[in-house]
Amino acid sequence: MNERAYLDAASAEVLHPAAREMLLSAVDSGWADPVRLHHEGRTARLLLDNARAVLAEGVGVRPDELYVTTSGTAAIRTGLSAVRAARRRVGDTVVHSAVEHSAVLHTAGAAAVEVGVDMSGRVDLEAFRAAVRQPGVAVAALQAANHEVGTRQPIEAATEACGDVPLLVDAAAALGHDVVPAGWSVLTASAHKWGGPAGVGLLAVRKGTRFAPDWAMDEREDGLSPGFPDVPNVLAAAAALQARLSEASALNTQHRAWIAEVRRRVAADIPDVEVVGDPVDCLPHVLTFSCLYVDGEALVTALDAEGFAVSSGSACTSSTLRPSHVLAAMGVITHGNVRISLARTTTYAEVDRFCSVLPGIVQRIRAEVGM
Amino acid sequence: MNLELDCRGLLCPLPVIKLAKALPTVAVGDTVTVLADDPAAATDIAAWCRMRAQELVSAAENTYVVRRLS
Repeated sequence: MNERAYLDAASAEVLHPAAREMLLSAVDSGWADPVRLHHEGRTARLLLDNARAVLAEGVGVRPDELYVTTSGTAAIRTGLSAVRAARRRVGDTVVHSAVEHSAVLHTAGAAAVEVGVDMSGRVDLEAFRAAVRQPGVAVAALQAANHEVGTRQPIEAATEACGDVPLLVDAAAALGHDVVPAGWSVLTASAHKWGGPAGVGLLAVRKGTRFAPDWAMDEREDGLSPGFPDVPNVLAAAAALQARLSEASALNTQHRAWIAEVRRRVAADIPDVEVVGDPVDCLPHVLTFSCLYVDGEALVTALDAEGFAVSSGSACTSSTLRPSHVLAAMGVITHGNVRISLARTTTYAEVDRFCSVLPGIVQRIRAEVGM
Repeated sequence: MNLELDCRGLLCPLPVIKLAKALPTVAVGDTVTVLADDPAAATDIAAWCRMRAQELVSAAENTYVVRRLS
């Protein structure tokens, strides 16, 4: 058994030590119902308020603009649906890029206008501008940066293009790792992507953005996240974000240098490989490439046997057996696809060993099919 | 001249591998028609043609016509 090297931080990061410490103490202090008026309830309420203040500061909003949901997906669904419902007199259309998270695509449904991307994964800004200015647009959605290929989207220009149309920015891949541009109306994120626990999503709604949940509401989170909140995990998410943001600058520099090296060595050492995504205007910690004639599942499995945890957008690695809609929209090879994403615990030795081991694995899989 | 490759029922990368092996067997200017029903083939055959500087003449209804340019 090889030593493990976890290179799938964009799927989930191991719990940050600060979050772990917070979680262990919060399960004993923050278990009660924060809407109750007794001592235990008020304690939980105080802890939840503290967590909200920390999370809001991390996102750059006021605490009363920040809602906690049960996942990043729930935040996207809730945010899009509630803003859309508030603007039903204007229309029902959701304008979004072709490379958004599947939660955006599923929520937008039939009333969606999908805007294409170039080969780097960046949205066609002129087409986006034209689409949001059509009559009947309820809301637009554009991610801060793509979760599969790392390419950043032109959020500031998109904000300007949107005018009065609210813009939802999915910052799940970026928050804690990269600068998230301002100007949006709604922002969503997910704690397990920055070293917080699973089961905590963020939904930030700027004051002045109308929302109207069209589902059965309760008194929690202004109706945007029904049910008893997981106060200990929200506290852990806040501790992780605070710690992660204090480390972000140093990690950003380190990750960019290492990703640049992987990019260079993959392209130099492996024939017939296409490294995809913008090489400069991108997330610091993500790199994606596709190897011609290689089965993605075989590649992920072989890398796993060598100790490397990576992700893939190839059809054979997905439960639906369809290729990644991101890679398809970009028009790049979908088979033989690998995404690596560096965690805060990643070392240079791991990155170096990955670059050394990969060419032989690709060569072996190709040889099996006579290529 | 046109060579037909029936890749129906095969998953990517197999249709692309068969295309890559077959194209050098036809003359420059001739075509290979790939029949493939894997949804990934639509993206992958087009991307392979771009990377290999070969011409994707048409792509419709699980039928991809590729002309050898070099």
